[in-house]
Amino acid sequence: MKTCLVVDDSKVIRKVARHILETLDFAVVEAADGSEALEQCGRAMPDVVLLDWNMPVMGGMEFLCALRKEEGGDRPKVVFCTTENGRGHIQAAIEAGADEYVMKPFDRETLHSKLQIVGCA
Amino acid sequence: MHAQPAADATRILAGLLENRTGQQIAPSRYWRIQTALAPLLKQHGIPDLDALVAVLSDPENERLLQESLELMLNNESFFFRDIALFASLRSEALPMLRQRRASRKTLRIWCAGTSTGQEAYSVAMLIDSDRELWADWKIEIIGTDISAAVIAKARSGRYSQFEIQRGLSVDYMLRYFAQDGDDWIIDPRLQQMVQFQQENILKPRTDPGRFDIILCRNVLMYFAPETRAIAYAKLERALEDDGLLMLGAAETVMDQTQLFSGTREMRGLYCKATPGLSGRSALPPPLS
Repeated sequence: MKTCLVVDDSKVIRKVARHILETLDFAVVEAADGSEALEQCGRAMPDVVLLDWNMPVMGGMEFLCALRKEEGGDRPKVVFCTTENGRGHIQAAIEAGADEYVMKPFDRETLHSKLQIVGCA
Repeated sequence: MHAQPAADATRILAGLLENRTGQQIAPSRYWRIQTALAPLLKQHGIPDLDALVAVLSDPENERLLQESLELMLNNESFFFRDIALFASLRSEALPMLRQRRASRKTLRIWCAGTSTGQEAYSVAMLIDSDRELWADWKIEIIGTDISAAVIAKARSGRYSQFEIQRGLSVDYMLRYFAQDGDDWIIDPRLQQMVQFQQENILKPRTDPGRFDIILCRNVLMYFAPETRAIAYAKLERALEDDGLLMLGAAETVMDQTQLFSGTREMRGLYCKATPGLSGRSALPPPLS
């Protein structure tokens, strides 16, 4: 079973994402910001990270840059999942090392297809 | 005359849909009819489905009937639906046909029941991704659908934020679409690669000629068996003898038709069956 780390400061989004991911046979771990997410990755690298952009303490971009410098941090696929939907934001995320991008709101089909694209579903 | 109960109205509307388009709605999904037609009832000030059926019985209201049928059609579509099949198309089917058509350098692809265009544009993106291979080829991609509304949307090449990310990788989205507010618009170069036409698979108005690949995905599954048999015969006539048919991932020709059989080499792609040899492929062995 693959593991997905859901990083979002919204409890509701984490709950929705968890529900969808569990129906797709993922084990789900959660973090409320980038700093918590880095700690989680230090304990065990997930297969995929579903990552919000704006979060308190440490945002998505800062987390992504830090993750990619960690040992084994190049392995998880990172899928941004955010309301930052402008082309500029999307390009910046990909250049920073994200593998895919989901614009909120999203549904099961969208998330499933993005996870297939990154080879995790 | 007494008004018929709503259950009869949905049955009549489902019957009209099947008569005109071939598409069936299972009784367990009749609720979709009420949901699909609610905006139309509101727009025309028609109180309920019983009243709509009464209005539609007047031949003067053909236009309203067309509008009603279009709303009842299942037009769900997304980019690269069944990603593994599109991978097979790119890595196996297209290279094989590129070898077989090397002398004439033309390739004709038909997306039958194309809906809002995502499938036809997905094929265009695949070919454009390998454009150096196809540089001096004449590639025709034709998308047809019975619904005028979805053909208009397909031609526009404009997709909402919700539609654009269903199945489409961010790489292709940035490469082939421009953002316009909340919408994303296809690159005009790709738009020019695809022609969209309103056409009924069962009753084509024109002879489109023969195709090297036909995609008819998640269309035949909504047809009754006898309608499906007619559709398979039309598709078989429209396919080159060594052409390929691509169905939806949940569809198969097995126990559906003797006209096509599976290909050993390409999962999800079908070829014409050898006449008299049911289930045997007419496709020549792969070129070495």
